[in-house]
Amino acid sequence: MGVGIEVINLNAWYGTNHTLQEINLNIPANHATALIGPSGCGKSTFVRCLNRMHETNPIARVTGTVLIGGLDIYKDAKPVEIRRRVGMVFQRPNPFPTMSIYDNVAAGLKLNGYRNHRVLDEIVEKSLKNSALWDEVKDDLKKKSGASLSGGQQQRLCIARALAVDPELLLMDEPASALDPVSTSKIEDLIFQLKSQYTIVIVTHNMQQAARVAEKTGFFLNGRMVEFDSTHKIFTNPSDKRTEDYITGRFG
Amino acid sequence: MRSRIRTLTDGAATGLAVLSTVLVVAPLVAIFVYLIYKGASSLSWAFFTENPKPVGEAGGGMANAIAGSGILLGIGSLIGIPVGISGGIFLAEFGRGTKLANAIRFTADVLNGVPSIVMGIAAYSLVVVPQGHFSAFSGGVALGIMMIPTVCRTTEEMLLMVPNAVREAALALGVPNWRSVLSITVRTASPGIITGCMLAFARVAGETAPLIFTAFGNVGWSERLSEPIAALPLQIYVYAISPYDEWHRLAWAGALVLIVLIVLAVSLVRFVTSRGVLKGAS
Repeated sequence: MGVGIEVINLNAWYGTNHTLQEINLNIPANHATALIGPSGCGKSTFVRCLNRMHETNPIARVTGTVLIGGLDIYKDAKPVEIRRRVGMVFQRPNPFPTMSIYDNVAAGLKLNGYRNHRVLDEIVEKSLKNSALWDEVKDDLKKKSGASLSGGQQQRLCIARALAVDPELLLMDEPASALDPVSTSKIEDLIFQLKSQYTIVIVTHNMQQAARVAEKTGFFLNGRMVEFDSTHKIFTNPSDKRTEDYITGRFG
Repeated sequence: MRSRIRTLTDGAATGLAVLSTVLVVAPLVAIFVYLIYKGASSLSWAFFTENPKPVGEAGGGMANAIAGSGILLGIGSLIGIPVGISGGIFLAEFGRGTKLANAIRFTADVLNGVPSIVMGIAAYSLVVVPQGHFSAFSGGVALGIMMIPTVCRTTEEMLLMVPNAVREAALALGVPNWRSVLSITVRTASPGIITGCMLAFARVAGETAPLIFTAFGNVGWSERLSEPIAALPLQIYVYAISPYDEWHRLAWAGALVLIVLIVLAVSLVRFVTSRGVLKGAS
């Protein structure tokens, strides 16, 4: 089951660049939440702060509190523990190029020392079914490399890989921006199905996409969160003038 | 008119590329053909099964030198490849940007430029002098030290070519960094790393100078690694500067065998490591 996220006074820097300023919000469990905003507004940095990937960059720094299911991830947990509980799907599909489809999905478990083949088989099948890729790859699981799939299939493989470690939360950083429309709609259908089991946070440049998949939407601008509300409200009757300007296409 | 100029330019560029390729490949082919021409006639079964015979006696071979080269290269690889790969991993993954890494990289580059005879002297003073005798082991050490910088720097380059997205994918799964480096990054870069090892191997396989004060050479079999040992390049050197025609012919044959063995060894490693590669893996 998914868990909720509570963000209190989050700030993030790259070097001297203050990319996130005083972010406060509550992301509800078992819903999809979309983050929109122009390029460079800090939305990617924000999701990277939710699984402590931000700090893998040596010049990056974070202050503030993030509670995931009540756990203070910066105080009471190690980065690797958090990342096991919080799955992430990146903008560009990034399967492990030397691994088979099967090994890509099983990677998270195998690399953490999991060895039971029967259980691994089951998890791989379940994850690929959950990511709607099973029927397309079931005959080549161990024969083909993850890199031999098409872009859209690779992205679904990456989703399966993230699901295989059974996360409580799934972060998606523009998961469909490098894909064609058909693959994009498959990914969107998938988000729709997955949100009953996981809490999903999706960064997107595509406002229609946010409107289609998410119950809640946050609008980021210049490192600040301008507005956070139900998707319907954001797209029909935003409270802030800047949100309205953005969604009506006046800038960004 | 325009399209004609384009066609001409295209033709010229293609021609230039072909010419460059020929210029690169030609010396290799020339050497190989010349070696076959000079050496093939002296090759016989005895060349691979018999040891050198005293001057004046006909026949004799380089069995001990072929085996000796194999042993020396084996010791060299056992030292050079693990140290070199570990160093490369440190430079690319753990020590990036640190002073220690910069110092190691600089040292490796300098080491790469040190003449091989100096490597021989180094191994001589490090191993031969303390032990008090020439030995196969000291020769292997000299070759191993020579392999380190090449293996180290190619490993580093190959690791740096692995896209950051692949590292992030592993970290985002909650895999500890050391595990991600060993199981993901190094594995992704492994074809390039193997090529680097093979380059280093092929380079030291033909080295003569570092063996002169270390392995020393041997007219017969060596029974222990602590004894002097024969090596193909040493044997070729000794025979080539001798005044005897028979020995000259054997030197040519030895050179041919050396090249063929290097090509075989490199091809074998490539064949073995390319099996099990998946369809579509880059």
